Amino acid sequence: MSLSTLATRPLEERRSTARRLTAQQSTARRSTTRRSAARRQWWGWLFVSPFLVVFVLFLVAPLIYAGWMSLWRKGLVGKVKFTGLGNYVTAFTDPVFLHGLTRVGLYVLVMVPIQIGLGAVIALILDVAMTRLARVSRLLIFLPYAVPAMVGALMWGFLYSPLFGPLGQLFGIFGASAPTILSPDGVFGGLVNVVTWQWVGYYMIIIYSALRAVDPSLYEAATLDGASNVQISWHIKLPLIVPSMIMCTVFSLIGTLQFYTEPMVLRSSAQSAIPSDYTPNMYAASLGFNQSRFNYASTISFSLGVIVFIGSYIFLFLTRKRNGLR
Amino acid sequence: MTKHHSQPVGGYHPKHVGSHVFLVILCVYFLIPLWWVLVAATKSNRDLFVSSSGALWFGQNFSLFDNITQLTTYQDGIYWRWLGNSLLYALLGGGGATIISVLAGYGFAKYQFKGRGFVFMLVLGAVMVPGTALVVPLFVMFNQVSLLNTMWSVVLPSLLSPVGTYLIRVYCQDALPDELTDAARVDGAGELRTFWSVALPQLRPAVITVLLLSVVATWNNFFLPSVMLANSKLWPITVGLNTWLINTRVSSGADQVWNLVVTGAFVSVVPLVIVFLLLQKYWQSGLTLGALK
Repeated sequence: MSLSTLATRPLEERRSTARRLTAQQSTARRSTTRRSAARRQWWGWLFVSPFLVVFVLFLVAPLIYAGWMSLWRKGLVGKVKFTGLGNYVTAFTDPVFLHGLTRVGLYVLVMVPIQIGLGAVIALILDVAMTRLARVSRLLIFLPYAVPAMVGALMWGFLYSPLFGPLGQLFGIFGASAPTILSPDGVFGGLVNVVTWQWVGYYMIIIYSALRAVDPSLYEAATLDGASNVQISWHIKLPLIVPSMIMCTVFSLIGTLQFYTEPMVLRSSAQSAIPSDYTPNMYAASLGFNQSRFNYASTISFSLGVIVFIGSYIFLFLTRKRNGLR
Repeated sequence: MTKHHSQPVGGYHPKHVGSHVFLVILCVYFLIPLWWVLVAATKSNRDLFVSSSGALWFGQNFSLFDNITQLTTYQDGIYWRWLGNSLLYALLGGGGATIISVLAGYGFAKYQFKGRGFVFMLVLGAVMVPGTALVVPLFVMFNQVSLLNTMWSVVLPSLLSPVGTYLIRVYCQDALPDELTDAARVDGAGELRTFWSVALPQLRPAVITVLLLSVVATWNNFFLPSVMLANSKLWPITVGLNTWLINTRVSSGADQVWNLVVTGAFVSVVPLVIVFLLLQKYWQSGLTLGALK
């Protein structure tokens, strides 16, 4: 594992000291073992406790609260009454919610393979080409990760714009009219492009590091036998980086289902193409913060959360033999 | 683990021509928006629209410093306040999340307490809970305890980083042998001292990685602050810029501050880009931790 090597040498030295010490003092240690075991239980909880407090307050509590709120409905006279799963019946027959779900589902089908596929291809190329250009590319391709999604969407929004962007001029050279990306037909591709630009570098770096940890002796024989780089990448390296690609797929899946910032920002320049309920998250936000329908907004949020959770769980379950999760 | 490549480092192998052309195309693609924002930040409001040199090249006048001056005067220089807020939230939220994750990851890895397996399973499950699903209930909860529209409504939820905790735990198991911590204890070091002077130095690469990840996550956050904060003086840069963008689009005349939106975007990108360039060594090896096997 590449990271652990950073600290390897001092570790080895300390390890031998540690062994010596343990041998010398093992007798002294045995007598205190039982008492220290009980005390260490306590210390374990102590180290974990700040996390647990935050975990309960800002994850478990809001989740339960959302679930609780989703069971109630505000009546016409303003009185809140219990409806059981009534809101869920409404949600899963609500064309706006279902439309939003299908839409992010479509984004998952298009965006996730592009991001992970492109990330893997670039990582495989960078693993072979060790030139200066390759090092610079690695840096440049990753750089968009340091740009907030909001600013990324803002910049692409300007580039797409017929008023500000270079597209008009560029297509004008060939006497063609520029594609209207901020139209209802073009905005899907436009958003896919923004997200691809933003995230490919991140996944590339994760997969690339997994590749660096591959033992070269695994493919040296193949090189000697005259196998090409492409053959080695496809038959030997690719199977070895599958676990990291699976993890990237889960991250990408979770992120895409929560689609919010990019369409929200592009919306200001593409009102007609991106309605305020374009994705389930945007729908929940608009229900809650524009219409004050917090019970129904909670239902949408909770449903989305459950769908994301179940979706990624199923994916991890199906890939359990190869995902390397411990 | 060092890796030996048969190709000469730095040389262009004829077999690589195709892949290098591909890399050059990729570099251009990934650079275009950043190049555009750099160029556009040097243009005046007028040049942004009508520039004979096009959107991807400098205009007739170099107005970058003019634009930056305007950033400090427009709406009493609220822009810099937004930038400061972003920094504050990122340091408090990201820094706090890192401290909490390091403590918990170490606790999970090195102490065999009862219920550890179950609790850690919850942590793994939490990785899959979408943060945005919590925004609506958090809004109502913070409203009830009067934390809405305060910086804490943004900072406190950012303290939770299940991914960070998971990464630190995995790293502890791989890079921190039990013999090491045991030896320190035998020497008479207390649990805290063992953690602080024996474990923590070994965990440095992982700590910096988790710090980077959580600072970036808080710095980039948009949904949560846009919902929690009504007071424009508390906004982080992402929410502020988006409001300028929306207002500029619907207004006319002096309120159309295209040049400030663009220059503001440019200036806001610079700090993190510099941080990433300086900390290359860490993210290039470290972002992976858990994905490796």
